[in-house]
Amino acid sequence: MQRYILRRLLQGALLLFIVALVVFALARVSGNPIDLLVREDATAEDRAHLQKALGLDRPMHEQLYIFLTGAVRGDLGQSIRYRRSAAEVFFERLPNTLKLLPLAMAGALAIAIPLGVLAAVYRGTLVDRLAGGLAVLGIATPQFWLGIVLIYVFSIQLGVLPSARMGGPSHYVLPAVTLGVFLLAGMMRLVRSSLLEVMGSEFVKLARLKGLSQTIVIWKHCLRNALIPVVTLFGVYFALLVTGAIVTETVFAWPGVGRLTYEAVIFRDYPLLQAVILLKAVIVLSVNLVVDILYAYLDPRVRYA
Amino acid sequence: MSTEASSRGDLARLPWISFSIIVVLVVAAVFAPLLAPHSPTEQSLPDKLRPPAWQEGGSMKHLLGTDVLGRDVLSRLVYGARVSLTVAAVALIAGGGVGLALGILAGYTGGRVDNFIMRVVDATLTFPTILIALLLAVSLGQGLGTIAIAITVIIWARFARIVRGEVLSVKTRDFVALARVHGCSHLRIMAVHIVPNVLNTFMVLLTLHIGFVVIVEATLSFLGAGIPPPTPSWGQMVSDGRSHIASAWWLSVVPGGAIMLVVLVFNLFGDWLRDWLDPRLRQV
Repeated sequence: MQRYILRRLLQGALLLFIVALVVFALARVSGNPIDLLVREDATAEDRAHLQKALGLDRPMHEQLYIFLTGAVRGDLGQSIRYRRSAAEVFFERLPNTLKLLPLAMAGALAIAIPLGVLAAVYRGTLVDRLAGGLAVLGIATPQFWLGIVLIYVFSIQLGVLPSARMGGPSHYVLPAVTLGVFLLAGMMRLVRSSLLEVMGSEFVKLARLKGLSQTIVIWKHCLRNALIPVVTLFGVYFALLVTGAIVTETVFAWPGVGRLTYEAVIFRDYPLLQAVILLKAVIVLSVNLVVDILYAYLDPRVRYA
Repeated sequence: MSTEASSRGDLARLPWISFSIIVVLVVAAVFAPLLAPHSPTEQSLPDKLRPPAWQEGGSMKHLLGTDVLGRDVLSRLVYGARVSLTVAAVALIAGGGVGLALGILAGYTGGRVDNFIMRVVDATLTFPTILIALLLAVSLGQGLGTIAIAITVIIWARFARIVRGEVLSVKTRDFVALARVHGCSHLRIMAVHIVPNVLNTFMVLLTLHIGFVVIVEATLSFLGAGIPPPTPSWGQMVSDGRSHIASAWWLSVVPGGAIMLVVLVFNLFGDWLRDWLDPRLRQV
């Protein structure tokens, strides 16, 4: 187990290093990185000052060293737009996103599991086809567009839900739905197919032979096993949510790190964008690491694979 | 005989509606200058924010209405199809090509190379790669090339993983051993003997990813990292219409609906192609 954890830690660190290298390199391939790192109206003096502070006049390997040691200490540069530490801005916004993600995840699970179970139990019937059709539609719907349509219907036409910014509980509904639908289709399909697989196995036949009711067999014996793949994919779902939050928070003017990413792109705030990317990478990789370790703990086969 | 009968049976199950829409779309994209009723970029302020023809105040002159600058929405939509499909084609060839090459290399070589490539694949699949795509757009500047690189970064791993699995089974077949005995180099075996045998899988993967790439491109455009204006792109149109959603719903809803329709028909078509050419892929 310790070896497994160590190996996964090293892999995570390596990947993070690669991402840092990409960020470092991309700032330099397009000519003078100083153009990406300061405001357009910066004076020659400012530029010279920053150039020296960042060591941009030194050889490449020394620049990389300065960048990496700074990053490890949490110094990810100054945001051009906010004129202060980019990491600070990121951590101010992070709680707002963390309030949204679990809601979207829980909502998606709450709908995907029953729907997947129904589709599997009534396989080939109208219910199954409807659920399948819903999944196909869900995959084809661009997330940003769904958000706009929801705003049009529920905020503008019906006037029942707020369309933007944070506030009371009602402010969470539309963003959480937009973000959750993104996961729903894939999750539902997965629940359906893995439940079908489990329903054909020996222990399920045994449970039936014992005379247990259909409801207990499906919801207790089958579902528990059918949900294993869903749990395994938690890391992937989390990464999808982080991606989805960029679009969702942009549409709903939600002051989280997703919206911050969009702002960094729109205002060409390269230092902010590089900080956002590195910090998000750390978060996503940590979550994946924890999920994998938990999974290896629960299922020893994974450890020795 | 039997294969012909089954392929005829499958052709009968061709999703005709999806297929027709795809044909219309491709024709519209290719002949955009002939089909579009107006120029997609010509502004006409007196005509701004006209609703679609069936709504009050709309006219047949602008079937789907006009935007804030008085540009014809239908014409922009037709030209936008051109942009979406061009980007999809370029990005899929680039990303799919990289995935194909690395997948074959990993599967055929095995050992450490395989191990390393697959680790990177796993990592890429659990990483929000769209962040790297946004970074590319900011540092390299917006354009077709940037988008192609960005989408390559996002999709290559999906191709590599499945192609590798396919190669693992192809390389144990007798003709590969025979080619080796005949003195073929590894490079030649990969190019001449392996590639044709994974081509079906590759074609199916390409088709199944068209919709995905169209969505990714639209999302990048929506986030201000796609093809730069004034070239009309659907994602950009949805984004522009967002601030006028209360007064002019068609500006966002129409191009977004177009994206959804296109993704839907390509996905349905891809499902059919998969069932026909490579049913084993159904599990992935």
